[in-house]
Amino acid sequence: MAIYSTNEFKGGLKIMLDNDPCSIIENEFVKPGKGQAFNRVKIRNLKTGRVIERTFKSGDTVEGADVVDRDMQYLYNDGEFWHFMVPDTFEQYQADKNAVGEALKWLKEQDMCILTLWNDSPLSVTPPNFVELAITETDPGLKGDTSGGGGKPATLETGAVVRVPLFVQIGEVIKVDTRTGEYVSRVKE
Amino acid sequence: MANRWQPACDIPHLRLRARMLADIRRFFADRDVLEVETPLLCRATGTDPQLDFFSTTFHSIPKNPTLFLQTSPEFAMKRLLAAGSGSIYQICKAFRNGESGRSHNPEFTILEWYRVGFSLKQLMDEVSELLQGLLAPAFEDLNVRQVSYQHIFQEITGLEPLVFDEQAYRRYVQIAGFPEAVDLCGDEHGLWLDFIFSHCVQPAMAAGTLYLVHDYPAIQSSLARIHPGDARVAERFEVFVNGMELGNGFFELSDAVEQETRFDREIAHRQAHALASVEKDHLLLEALRAGLPDCSGIALGLDRLLMIAGNCRSIDEVLAFPLSNA
Repeated sequence: MAIYSTNEFKGGLKIMLDNDPCSIIENEFVKPGKGQAFNRVKIRNLKTGRVIERTFKSGDTVEGADVVDRDMQYLYNDGEFWHFMVPDTFEQYQADKNAVGEALKWLKEQDMCILTLWNDSPLSVTPPNFVELAITETDPGLKGDTSGGGGKPATLETGAVVRVPLFVQIGEVIKVDTRTGEYVSRVKE
Repeated sequence: MANRWQPACDIPHLRLRARMLADIRRFFADRDVLEVETPLLCRATGTDPQLDFFSTTFHSIPKNPTLFLQTSPEFAMKRLLAAGSGSIYQICKAFRNGESGRSHNPEFTILEWYRVGFSLKQLMDEVSELLQGLLAPAFEDLNVRQVSYQHIFQEITGLEPLVFDEQAYRRYVQIAGFPEAVDLCGDEHGLWLDFIFSHCVQPAMAAGTLYLVHDYPAIQSSLARIHPGDARVAERFEVFVNGMELGNGFFELSDAVEQETRFDREIAHRQAHALASVEKDHLLLEALRAGLPDCSGIALGLDRLLMIAGNCRSIDEVLAFPLSNA
């Protein structure tokens, strides 16, 4: 794997730190006029999601992390693993519960996701920004309410619960922003 | 970013710079300090292992000598002082390779001046006066604090900087949240001081206050004279505002033998650490042998001063064309 010097550090660079793959968020050059130069770096641990700060001596080197993002289609869950496929090559990957994490509640078969692979095994799953899911459970709506003020909880086919306007009914398909978990609109069939 | 041909800074910052340059020239004209110019392109350069330089080849047969873009005008200005120039100042560009970041651009502007017959204390007072004027647009009343390195280091960290106590330093960085310092600094006292000062002391300095930190540890003497009354410290001070380093002042080392010893030590360090090799500046040594008058001198980073005056977060905001679109 590539070796990176501190002067190649920039946002998005993937490096190994304490045996975990990490992504650099921010790199600050700290240099006393007459002293040793340092790089103060803000880093996200890609396994845990935690953000830490770490100082390096400028000119020091670190090992790069073999981390890549790939677009894949979600196929199915076999009870233990979630299975994904690269559409062009039909390569398949299985991700465990840790890697799927929060994406779990948005995964619908055949949707396209981004899988982050570390040494070719899934590290995390990013669902599409918007998903369209059917409502399986919600209180009956009030006729004539189109404003959506207040709203009510609705359970979706994947198990996710989101707040929807009062007029939305069981069986309807809605569009949800997975980054905020918020209702966007109804989807006309 | 907007179109790359456009300046990084806005037009008001160009005006701010022009006004600051005019104010500086007036300040020194009022005090009979002579403005000088010395070469940016030189045959020799500093040996400081912490400074990386740009070099180029002069196409001049048969020797095709290597020339250096100066990292500071210090050596040339000292040759003028030795030749009897009296007090002098210069506003010029300086170049430091590999330095780039929020408060660094590899090409930057220095204000450097030397006062013949001034003690370090007198120079510190003059720096305060100049900066209170220049920073008036940002601070109506800039507080000034003159404090020794040992005092502020102890005040903020509880540690003694002049005596190396590795165990105490280790304990401190664990508590302060910088455990990586232990491996990074090892048993190098100077490195520990650089780390703790830049990561813990500077960020703890009060905002809106000009700090003049004096009596640096002798191991960080650079080109300053060792204090005649206390060999543990050097006659060097540093200037900080809002925790940002603005410059270094020295009671200048005038002893040619001591200067040559420091050059040799730094050259040896460069060789040991596989850094680019440099020749010591023989013309400076000759000038020192001829006699440098007792003087104090300081270099200030003008771009950083503008960052503070203009309340900017990044040096790019005060440069017409930083390296990224130079």
